[in-house]
Amino acid sequence: MAQLVEQEKQVSPRLAHYLAEYRRSLEQAAPQPRWVALARESAIAQFEGLGFPTTKIEQWRFTSVEPIAERTFALAAGSAAQAAPLAQPLSNPIAHGVCVNGRFAPQLSSNLDKLPKGVQVIGLEAALVSQPSLVEPYLAKLSLTQTSAFTSLNTAFLRDGVVVVIPAHVVVEQPIEITFASISEGSGSVSHPRLLIVAGEASQATVLERHVGQGAAFTNAVAEVWLGASAVVDHYKLQEEAAEAFHIAGMFLHAARGGTFSSHSLTFGGRLVRNDVIATLDGEGIDCTLNGLYVGRGTQLIDNHTTIDHAKPHCGSHEVYKGILGDQSRAVFNGKIIVRPDAQKTDAKQTNKALLLSDEANINSKPELEIFANDVKCTHGAAIGQLDDAAMFYLRSRGLGVAESRAMLVHAFAGDILNRVKIEPVRTYLEGILTARLPHVE
Amino acid sequence: MLEIKNLQVRGGTKDILRGINLTVNKGEVHAIMGPNGSGKSTLARALAGHPEIEVTGGTVTYNGKDLLELSPEDRAREGVFMAFQYPVEIPGVNNAYFLKAAINAQRKYRGLPELDAMEFMALVKEKAKILHLDPSLMSRPVNEGFSGGEKKRNEIFQMAVLEPKLAVLDETDSGLDIDALKAVAEGVNEMRSPERAIVVITHYQRLLNYIEPDVVHVLQDGRIVRSGGKDLALHLEEKGYGWIEAEPQLM
Repeated sequence: MAQLVEQEKQVSPRLAHYLAEYRRSLEQAAPQPRWVALARESAIAQFEGLGFPTTKIEQWRFTSVEPIAERTFALAAGSAAQAAPLAQPLSNPIAHGVCVNGRFAPQLSSNLDKLPKGVQVIGLEAALVSQPSLVEPYLAKLSLTQTSAFTSLNTAFLRDGVVVVIPAHVVVEQPIEITFASISEGSGSVSHPRLLIVAGEASQATVLERHVGQGAAFTNAVAEVWLGASAVVDHYKLQEEAAEAFHIAGMFLHAARGGTFSSHSLTFGGRLVRNDVIATLDGEGIDCTLNGLYVGRGTQLIDNHTTIDHAKPHCGSHEVYKGILGDQSRAVFNGKIIVRPDAQKTDAKQTNKALLLSDEANINSKPELEIFANDVKCTHGAAIGQLDDAAMFYLRSRGLGVAESRAMLVHAFAGDILNRVKIEPVRTYLEGILTARLPHVE
Repeated sequence: MLEIKNLQVRGGTKDILRGINLTVNKGEVHAIMGPNGSGKSTLARALAGHPEIEVTGGTVTYNGKDLLELSPEDRAREGVFMAFQYPVEIPGVNNAYFLKAAINAQRKYRGLPELDAMEFMALVKEKAKILHLDPSLMSRPVNEGFSGGEKKRNEIFQMAVLEPKLAVLDETDSGLDIDALKAVAEGVNEMRSPERAIVVITHYQRLLNYIEPDVVHVLQDGRIVRSGGKDLALHLEEKGYGWIEAEPQLM
């Protein structure tokens, strides 16, 4: 019996590696505010308690993270110079912040001093030193309430990242672009980038969060977005990391009364990708739009889990995710909508559509509605299909080649998501990579 | 221009075309008539290269080339056009964008310079005027939400823009009211030229009041059972298809 207790106390070697890395990171990092240290401590304990998720857990049923769990990723150090060619701005931004392997890289960033008065795009580590009171009310406040091993792991290694602050009543018209470059070191390294966006009351901004990388890097990203009352934020997450990369990301939104938030999740890169979007509509009259486009080829696995939590009355949410899957790629879509007892007059609409370009591609799509109010409108729909043979023949009969016809139909499928991308250079860029990355068809 | 010899096509376990022989010279308009299920649409689809058509015998020579060897897109690029009986709706693909891509794919194949946006729009305006087509159709998705008549007119419009050498119209008249039928016929007549051959496939003689064919063929049970001048169509209208069966043609 005593022996058994002894065994239970033992930590699996997989977790032990991260615990050791955690202790190592504590020794290396500059002193942090006490509340940060406490948040990290509770996060590592949470991670140790949870361990890596298995497919026995409902939210991970179709996505095995074994390829991540079985590897020993060292904490990446990051060389900014190496990332320079990858970290060019895309959106003609007003300011461009760059993070390399989770560390803010001022030398690669540009125009941070050109922002309107009060608007800040700064490194998180620097912010914790120079203005901790600015970030303390927000940082890790959303993410810590979640029971995700990966989010906990990110918080446990919290050190640096990017903070975007839009003061109340300030309107930033041009996009703010943040590039996260993940460069794999040695036989594979992990980074835990962190993004914090705080949009004050009645402010407006567009933020492009772009993930690029090299090699079999493991990016474990967390973004927290605080949307003030009547604020308007357009958030774009464009992920085009290397084909060998692992990408796990959580985005947490807290929206206040009358806010308008739209998210555009655009996934192209990575071998194993998981995006969690968790939006809490915590005030009346919030409008939340979640757009998603994911393109898989080869043996990519792309998993999108979204949760929209209607906590207060009179909020609307509109969600459209579309996937284009070729070769042996796989995708998972799980869209959860919670309507709390208080949240009368909720109007929620969710759609997931997938286009399978090969017999071996597949998707598991699932809506999950938890409705506790009685005067609400909630609709959901999923459609999975192949390219329309009749349409293919019609286009070819007019002289368009197979590849051209296919591209035309795929673009048409993705069209409504692309058309909602309001940053023009980004939309043009996306049309280009959609064509370039078009999965093969037998 | 087009020489079909002993063409045989199977659909499932059934022989649909059982030895079609047909020669169409440039400048000619041929009408192919026949009852439902006689194989009319199968013939059109075989000429356009529909992937579900299984040719089990015979040859089709088009301008000296083996047409059956060509992919559907290469047939189009060589100048073959089929107006669909049921034009396909393609949501999300803009009509003008599609047609510009199509004409430029064909021009590229023929070694001609591609049309730029200005040149293309000028061409479209000219052709739309001839066909009395509402130009706003161009900015809508291909056939999506079009009425039956609009779809058929859009087919003829595409034909006018693409200017094929051989046009095959598969029951373009079906389901059209008299105004739409006249408009379609007018469009086809505009296209008549000494350099172009047109094959009109129809169930009814009505269309041939407006498009005067040089030759009329009757297709029955997968074979052309009778050929003649335009009067043949009138006889058919009067006496019905049963008349052919009752009076075998003297060869």
